[in-house]
Amino acid sequence: MKRIPKRSQTREGRNSSRYTGVARADFKRTLKPGGLIVDKLKAYRDLHAHALFSSLGRLVASPFNSIMTIAVLAIAIALASGFYLIMKNFNQLAGNLETTAQISLFLEDGVSETEAKHYAEAIGRNPDVREVKLISREQAMAEFKTHSGFGNAISVLKTNPLPVVLQVLPRGGLEDKQKLERLLQTFRTEPYVDIAQLDLQWVERLHSILAVSQHAAALMNTLLACAVLFIAGNTIRLELHNRREEVIIARLVGATRSFIQRPFLYTGFWIGFISGIVAWFIVTVMMLILRQSVEKLSSLYNDFFHLLFFDFSETLLLILTASALGVVGSWVSLQFLLQEAKLE
Amino acid sequence: MLKFENVTKRYAETGDVLRNVSFHLHHGELAFLTGHSGAGKSTLLKLIAVIERCNRGAIWLDGENLSAAKESQIPYLRRKMGFIYQDYKLLKDRTVFDNVALPLVIAGYGHQEISRRVRAALEKVGLSGKEKKYPMALSGGEQQRVGIARAVVNKPPLIIADEPTGNLDPELASEIMRLFESFQQVGVTVLIASHDISLISKMNHRVLKLDHGQLILG
Repeated sequence: MKRIPKRSQTREGRNSSRYTGVARADFKRTLKPGGLIVDKLKAYRDLHAHALFSSLGRLVASPFNSIMTIAVLAIAIALASGFYLIMKNFNQLAGNLETTAQISLFLEDGVSETEAKHYAEAIGRNPDVREVKLISREQAMAEFKTHSGFGNAISVLKTNPLPVVLQVLPRGGLEDKQKLERLLQTFRTEPYVDIAQLDLQWVERLHSILAVSQHAAALMNTLLACAVLFIAGNTIRLELHNRREEVIIARLVGATRSFIQRPFLYTGFWIGFISGIVAWFIVTVMMLILRQSVEKLSSLYNDFFHLLFFDFSETLLLILTASALGVVGSWVSLQFLLQEAKLE
Repeated sequence: MLKFENVTKRYAETGDVLRNVSFHLHHGELAFLTGHSGAGKSTLLKLIAVIERCNRGAIWLDGENLSAAKESQIPYLRRKMGFIYQDYKLLKDRTVFDNVALPLVIAGYGHQEISRRVRAALEKVGLSGKEKKYPMALSGGEQQRVGIARAVVNKPPLIIADEPTGNLDPELASEIMRLFESFQQVGVTVLIASHDISLISKMNHRVLKLDHGQLILG
């Protein structure tokens, strides 16, 4: 047990303690221009740096709890970003399909193959038309026999009931619907043409299905974001409970609300940030597993589809959003808990 | 310095805990706050720390009304007071240095300034060289002195001690009391809640005595 040294007591008696001496030096220091503000800013920066690293240190110090929390968060975030990626791929798929939209011209019964050929060449010169493909009656019949399943029934027929068909690929995609409609109208007035059909309806249906799924995905993602907020908030609640004593003492020696909140907000940031990265890995690994079968499917359709992954800006957005959710969840939680927390 | 004006504190469950308490502590004054247990000592200290608010009356610290302070002002008011507790209230997972530095870190002091002041405060209470120790490695008297160093490190004009010698033997207790006197001598106002009558009577200082919520000596 160390006793209080006599020396300091005698100095006290002369009323010139080291303490008051320090006070005087401080006073001079504050008069020096700039010095104090720079010191305070540096101290503020140090506080943030300390909170940043000490909160990470705390997460590492209790690995089991941290891993559990981060796993749950990462799965929720992976689900949300997985939905996003699936929608992105479907949109790409729909985009590819759109460009293959075509007009089918079923020619009148009396039109011969040669007439049809000349007519197809004429249509091919139209600047709005990219390509014309003639399907002869025989071709149509052969195709029908093999694909429709009515092969045997059809062979009973004495004459070929199928008309000559011209498949017209319009220039440009589906963006200019009016142009397509105009093209369709001109075909309808042609004497050779019996029926002119633009297969827009199924494209429109596909579009509305995509729109519905996009809405559903947005709703799911909102729910998942709420889940992330609650999980982060609950983690901070536990953390606050563990550090109750520290919070009480800090308050008693004059800590402001923001000083007390700071390390907890950084904890929220870290769990969000790390969960975001883990979620990215989860989704990417799942996509890699899926890739082989998707590429195989795609090869059956002339390779018109390739699996899309997160690009750089999406990865950044994913991690930023996850971090922000962690911080916001913690903040909301702290607003409730610090109000309730009584001293002692 | 610290002025109570007709302060009344009532709890819904127990009724009036403090009734019409008025006193004035001047700059550089050392006073004891005494009374039987349940007389209202801790409630009075809580009012000063603005942990609780009074129902009637006003409490003034250096011209500021504590009882009317806004929530956001409370941290800054508490920085003008140094609190010392019977159970020390030290952070067990932090070193002596970090414990004493806490008020300075909170107030936003720079690194060097903190280090300088913490060393000065520890020297003052006779704990130089124990900066890196953890509280559990210290004796009760040493832990209490860490608590005192933390209370004075920010150089507050008012020091409040709640039964600071409650867990210490008489010799250590009087040593701690001499320390408080040394603060008083440099102009700090000190209020010590204690029921150690023999210790109080040995020292020649003002005594505020509470009895069932009323100030009967002051």
